[in-house]
Amino acid sequence: MAVQEKYAELIQSATTLGVANLAVAEKEGVLHVSGTANSTADYDALWALYDKIDPSMASGDLVMNIDIKADAGAQLKVTTDSTNLNIRSTPTTEGAIVGKAAHGEVVTLVEKTDDSWWKVKTTDGEEGYAYAQYLSPL
Amino acid sequence: MTKLLVAIAIAATIGFVSCSPKDADVKTAVETQLKAKPDMAGALVEVKDGVATLTGECKDESCKADCEKITQDVKGVKSVINNLAIMAPPPPPPPPASMTTMLDEATQQKVKDGLKDINGVTVEFVEDKAVLTGSVTKANRMKIMQMLSAAKVKSDVSKLTNKK
Repeated sequence: MAVQEKYAELIQSATTLGVANLAVAEKEGVLHVSGTANSTADYDALWALYDKIDPSMASGDLVMNIDIKADAGAQLKVTTDSTNLNIRSTPTTEGAIVGKAAHGEVVTLVEKTDDSWWKVKTTDGEEGYAYAQYLSPL
Repeated sequence: MTKLLVAIAIAATIGFVSCSPKDADVKTAVETQLKAKPDMAGALVEVKDGVATLTGECKDESCKADCEKITQDVKGVKSVINNLAIMAPPPPPPPPASMTTMLDEATQQKVKDGLKDINGVTVEFVEDKAVLTGSVTKANRMKIMQMLSAAKVKSDVSKLTNKK
């Protein structure tokens, strides 16, 4: 079965949720999907659907590069398990730690440096790069 | 006799004017109908002697046909000249960037950075894939997959087992 058919429900759902700039392409048996979801809830729904279609997401046949709409100035919630989120001087874990944001704290987006690292500012005025995976747009 | 003809002509004119809505009123009525629908907001109308001419842009053929029908149904419109143009479709979004992402050092570093806080998982890079080994909770598996997708990296998680 072509991967596009396997994930048809996911693509349909992304369309229904109004994912912006939705692009879907197949290459060497892997489906690549990109776009911008309107909310963290939409993003979570799409990932839950991926997990449902491909149990434990084990097939490695989908790269779902969907981000969540957040412009500079957007509020982001720190979604680490329980620990503090490091804020660093450069967008890599090599960067010096210039601040910390607690689990559940809300920080402000300065810029989306790339899909993995975002520049943020805490309420204490600490500014630097944090790993985007642990930030959820409110 | 001439006076009679003039009288008839005047009467006919008055009759015509009083029975049919004025072109300007018809135009307003058509505009109100078209503006009510977002798809049809780009349509412009001119009315002369009850003939409505539609110009401007519509997004597709069905929008164009609907505009014509709505106009036709407005009181006072005798006929419709449909000169609506179909809008060029919006350009398609660029293909997913993950199609062409190289598993270079910077990308590998992003993956390593993302795995830093997830215990019990190691990563190797084989050809164009991140091969993960270890045992993870369901929640962490989701995080790992999201992190890999954000880094635009293909995955091989066949050696990643579920923690009980």
